[in-house]
Amino acid sequence: MSGSSLYLDGVSVVFDGFRALNNLSLIIEPGELRAIIGPNGAGKTTMMDIVTGKTRPTTGVVRFGEHDLTRMDEAAIANLGIGRKFQKPTVFDALTVFENLELALKAPRDPWSCLRWVLGAQSRRRIEGVMEEIGLAERARDRAAILSHGQRQWLEIGMLLMQEPQLLLVDEPVAGMTDQETEHTAALLRRIAGQRSVVVVEHDLEFVRALGEKVTVLCEGTVLSEGSIDHVQNDPRVIEVYLGR
Amino acid sequence: MSRLLRLLPLLLLLAGPLRAQEGFETAAAGLSGGFAAQVEAVDRLGALGDPRALPILRALSEGRLQKTPEGVLVIGGQDALTGAPAATASLETVRINNRVRGALRGAFGRLELASFSVAERISAAGGLFRARSPDNIAMLEDALGRESDAAARTAMEQALAASRLAAPEAAVKRQGILLLGGTGSPEARSLLLEARAANPDLAAEIDAAVSAIDGRLQLRRAAETAFQGLSLGSVLLLAALGLAVTFGVMGIINMAHGEMVMLGAYTTVVVQGLLRGTPLAPWALPLSVPAAFLVAAAVGVALERTLIRHLYGRPLETLLMTFGVGMILQQAVRLIFGAQNQEVTSPAWMQGIVTLPGGVEVTQNRLWIILFALLVLAVTVAAIRFTRFGLEMRAVVQNRRIASTMGIRTGRVDAMTFAFGSGIAGMAGVALSQIDNVSPNLGTGYIIDSFMVVVFGGVGSLAGTMIGAFTLGLVNKMLEPWAGAVLAKIAVLVGIMLFIQRRPKGLFALKGRAAEQ
Amino acid sequence: MSATTTLAPPPRLQSALVLRGLLLAGLAILALLPLLNRLPVDSVLHVSDFIVAVTGKWICYGVLALAIDLAWGYAGILSLGHGAFFALGGYAMGMHLMRLIGPRGVYGNPVLPDFMVFLGYAELPWTWWGFSSFPFALLMALLVPGLLAGVVGYLAFRSRITGVYLSIITQAMTYALMLAFFRNDMGFGGNNGFTDFKELLGMPLNSGGTRAMLFYAALAVLGLSLLLCRHITQSKLGRVLVAVRDAESRLRFLGYNTTHVKLSVFVLSAMLAGLAGALYVPLVGIINPGEFSPGNSIEAVIWVAVGGRGTLVGALLGAFSVNALKTWLTSFAPDLWLFVLGGLFVAVTLFLPRGLVGLMSRGPGR
Repeated sequence: MSGSSLYLDGVSVVFDGFRALNNLSLIIEPGELRAIIGPNGAGKTTMMDIVTGKTRPTTGVVRFGEHDLTRMDEAAIANLGIGRKFQKPTVFDALTVFENLELALKAPRDPWSCLRWVLGAQSRRRIEGVMEEIGLAERARDRAAILSHGQRQWLEIGMLLMQEPQLLLVDEPVAGMTDQETEHTAALLRRIAGQRSVVVVEHDLEFVRALGEKVTVLCEGTVLSEGSIDHVQNDPRVIEVYLGR
Repeated sequence: MSRLLRLLPLLLLLAGPLRAQEGFETAAAGLSGGFAAQVEAVDRLGALGDPRALPILRALSEGRLQKTPEGVLVIGGQDALTGAPAATASLETVRINNRVRGALRGAFGRLELASFSVAERISAAGGLFRARSPDNIAMLEDALGRESDAAARTAMEQALAASRLAAPEAAVKRQGILLLGGTGSPEARSLLLEARAANPDLAAEIDAAVSAIDGRLQLRRAAETAFQGLSLGSVLLLAALGLAVTFGVMGIINMAHGEMVMLGAYTTVVVQGLLRGTPLAPWALPLSVPAAFLVAAAVGVALERTLIRHLYGRPLETLLMTFGVGMILQQAVRLIFGAQNQEVTSPAWMQGIVTLPGGVEVTQNRLWIILFALLVLAVTVAAIRFTRFGLEMRAVVQNRRIASTMGIRTGRVDAMTFAFGSGIAGMAGVALSQIDNVSPNLGTGYIIDSFMVVVFGGVGSLAGTMIGAFTLGLVNKMLEPWAGAVLAKIAVLVGIMLFIQRRPKGLFALKGRAAEQ
Repeated sequence: MSATTTLAPPPRLQSALVLRGLLLAGLAILALLPLLNRLPVDSVLHVSDFIVAVTGKWICYGVLALAIDLAWGYAGILSLGHGAFFALGGYAMGMHLMRLIGPRGVYGNPVLPDFMVFLGYAELPWTWWGFSSFPFALLMALLVPGLLAGVVGYLAFRSRITGVYLSIITQAMTYALMLAFFRNDMGFGGNNGFTDFKELLGMPLNSGGTRAMLFYAALAVLGLSLLLCRHITQSKLGRVLVAVRDAESRLRFLGYNTTHVKLSVFVLSAMLAGLAGALYVPLVGIINPGEFSPGNSIEAVIWVAVGGRGTLVGALLGAFSVNALKTWLTSFAPDLWLFVLGGLFVAVTLFLPRGLVGLMSRGPGR
C-alpha cells in the first residue's frame, strides 16, 4: 500500500481558555506503528479527535497526504482511509457480528447504494476472513450486545480492518483486558502495521514495550519526548512527569 | 414637595365653601327669578366655582328643578340648598329659555373643571377640547392655575391649546400651536392638521408642531412595544424558569411542566375560594404563591420518585411518559373543576392602568408580573448559588459518582431539584392566572414556548434563560405590528431554528468536555 | 450466512413467524370487511357501516404508524410532528376535493370554494393552482410533506440536533403550522377547514360503492407501504438505520454520512405520512387545522410504542389496537379515555419498552 503520511504542525485546541493541545507537531510515516503515551489530560484523545474531524483545531495544520483534514467532516475523513477505534468499545449492539463487519466493509456508503446493496461472494469471504482473524468466526450470528468486553474490542478492530484504512488510530485497545487478551491484541496490531500506519494511544507501558516501536510522549498538549521505549523511559523530563518530584 | 402640592387644592376647597357660603346662597336664590335674573345667577354660580352648584344647575337644565310659591328651590322633594325635606304642595317647575341654556353650558364647564373628582375634571377638559371655543380660554387658564393632578393638567392644557387655536388673533393661535405640539397626543395632531388648511400663514409653525408630536408618538409607541415585549418576556421567563431547572440543569424532559403551571393557577383559584369572605381575602393572591409552590412541588416529588427516576438516561422515553402524565393531570383537573374557565379575581392593587412619564400607559397587573418574574428569577439564582441544597445540586449535576462518594444522597437531591423546578412552575401559574384563562389546558400553550426559551438561551444557563425569554418577548412584540400575532410567533419559531444552526447549544453554551457528556 | 445453523431456529425467528401469520390474517380480515358489509343486515356475519368506516380510518393510521416507526423505531428519529405531514397530505387531497365541488356549493361559484366566496376572494389564490387535477393533488400530498421534512431535517440533522431537541423542534413545527392554518387569510379555510365534499374521480363520495373502493385503495396503500418498509429495513440500509439509532457517531467514523441517511429516511417517512393523510380525508370527509395539533402527533407515536417500535408489525398492531380501544372506550366512558391514553404512555415506557410485540416474543432485549 502506497499510503500517505499524517502531518500535524503547530496544532492548538482551546476549550474555554483551557489548552487541550498546545502547539503540537507530529508526523506519522506510511506503514509506521507509533505508540503515544502520556499522563491523564495530556491531550491524547483530543489529538485523535482533531485527526478524525470530531474537534476542530483553534490553530494549526492537519494534513493527510495532500488533504486538509480541518476542512472535512468525520465521514469524509473516514472515507479517506483513516479509521478510529474508541477508548470505550463501540459496536452496534443490535446487529450481529457479521452485520457489524458488513457495515464496515469498504463499499459505497450513500443511502441509495445501501438500499440496493447485495452481498457478493467475494465480500462474504472477506468478512469471514476477518472474523477468523479476530477469532469471532463462531459468533457470526450473535448480536454484538452479548459479546464479552475483549470480544467487542476485537470486533471493533475487525471493523477497522474491513474499512481497509491507510491510517488506524487506536485508543487504549487493551484497557480492561486480561494478559492473554492483551498479548493477542498486540500481535494483531503488529500484523496490521506494515501494511498501514497505526497510531496506538495507551497507558499500559508493558503493552507499548510489547509493540516494540517508536514512542511519543505527550504532556500538557505538546510533545515531551520521542524515541524508543528505552530512550523515553530514561528521559529525565518523562520521569519527572510520571513520577513527580 | 409634590405631596404638599397635591394637598393644596383640597385645603382650598375646604376653605372655599366657608368664604363663599353666603355668596352661594344669594346667587342660587336668583334662579327662581325671571330669565334675566336666572342668567345672572347661573353666571355667578359658575364664577364661584362651588361644586354644590352642579346638581342644582343640572336639575335646572333637565327640567327637574322646582320652586315653591315662596321661591324655595326643590329637587325631588328636598330643599335644593339644604337637602331638608320640603313641602310638596303647589310646586312649580322652574322654566328656562335659550339664553339661560347658553349660560348653563359655560357654568357646567367651569364647575366641572372645579369638581372634586379627577375623572370629572378630565372629562370636562375633554369636552372643552372638542368645543374649541376661544370663549373658554380664560376659564381654562384659571382652572389650570388651580390644577395639580398631572393627567388633568395635560387634558386642560390640551383643551386650552385647542381653544387658543380657535381664537381669531394670530399670536394666540401661535401659542395654541406651540402648546399642542408639546402635548404629543394623536388628537392634537389631527386638530393641527385640520387647522393647517384654514391657516396657510401658520403652516410652518403647524408643521413643526406636527413633527414634534410625531416624534413623541413614535417614542411612545416604541416604549409601549418595549413594555409589551418585556411583559411577554416575563411571562415566558416565568414559564421557562422551572424548565430551566428540571431540563436545563438536570436534563429531564418534563412535558408535564405546563401542567405544573396549570396546577399553580388552580391552586390560586382554590385559595381564593377558601379565603372568600374572611379577613384574609385581600391577601389571597400573595398567599397563593407559597401554596402553589408547595402543591406543584409535591406533585413533582411524587412524579420524580415514582416514575421519572426509572427512566434516567432515556430522554425520549421520559418525554413520552411525562406527556402521558400531563394528560392525566389535565383530565383529572377537568373532572374535578370542569372544563370551563375558572373565575380569578385580581386584587385592587393589581387593577387599573399606570401612566408612566411620557404618557406611556401600562396595565398594573403586567407591571406586577414583570416584577414577580424578576423576583422568582432572583430567588432561583440565590437558591442555586447560596444554599446548601444548591451546592449539592450543582455537585450532583457535575459529577454524580463523586458527589455520592462525598456523602451526598443523590436520589434525594434529584427529587428536591425536580420539586424545586416544579414549584417554580407552580408559582408561574399564580401569575398566569391573572392574565390568562384558567382552564385545564392552560399549560399546553406554554410548554413549547418554554422549551424554545431554554434551548435558545442555552441549556443549563439561568442567565441564558432570562436573556432568551426577554429577547424572544421583545422580538415577538416588535414583529407583531407588521406581521400580526400568529405570523410573529411563527417567525420567532423559525428564527430559533435558524439560530440553532449557528449555535446549536444556544446563546450561553457550555463548551468543552463537560458539555459533551 | 455460512456460520452455525445446526441449532433450532432462535426464539426471535419463531416469534417472527407467529407475527407474520398474525399480520396476514389481520390483512385478510380487513379485506373481507366491505364484503361482509354487503351481507343482509340480519346475517350473523354482517358488518355495520360504522365498523367499515372506522377501520378504514385505522388503515390510514396504520400507514402513519409505519412512517413513524421507520423514522423512530429504526433510525431513532423521534418526530413529534408527523401529524403535520399527515395533515398536509390531507389538505392537498382536501383541496382537490374542494375544487371538485364546483357549482354545487352553497354559493354556486363554479371556481371558488364556498369559504373563499364568503371571505370575498376575487380569484383562486396561486396556492390552489393545479389542484383540480387528481394526479397533481396526489403528487403534492407526497411532495409538500417531503419538502417540509427535507428543509426541517436538513437544518436539524446538519447541525446535529438529535434526541429530544429534534422532538421539540418537530413539535414546534406542527404547532406553528396549526397556528398558521387556523388563520383565515392563509386561504385554506381557516378554522373550519374543508368539508362537504361531493365526489372523487367521478364517483359520488356518499355511495357505498365508492366507500368500499376507498377502503380497498387504503388497504392497498397499506400493503404497499408495508412491503416498501420491509424492503428498506431488510436491506443494508435498514441495518445502517439501526446503527444510526444506536451509535450515530460511531457510524460517522466508519465513513457513513449520517446526515444523508437520516434525511433520506425522514423525508421518505414524511411522504408516507402525507400519503396516509391523503387517503384519510376522502374516507372521513373532513380536514381541519385540528389535525396539526401537537397532541395528534404524539398520540400517533404512542401507537407505535404500544405495538412495539422497531418492528413493522408492531407499528400496525399498535395503531389498530390503541384506536380500537379509543373507539370502544369513548363510546361509553369518554371521560376515562384520556386517563387510559395517559396511562398507556406511562405503562409502555416504564414496563413495555418493546411493546406488545416484545411481550409476545421472548427474544433477547435490546
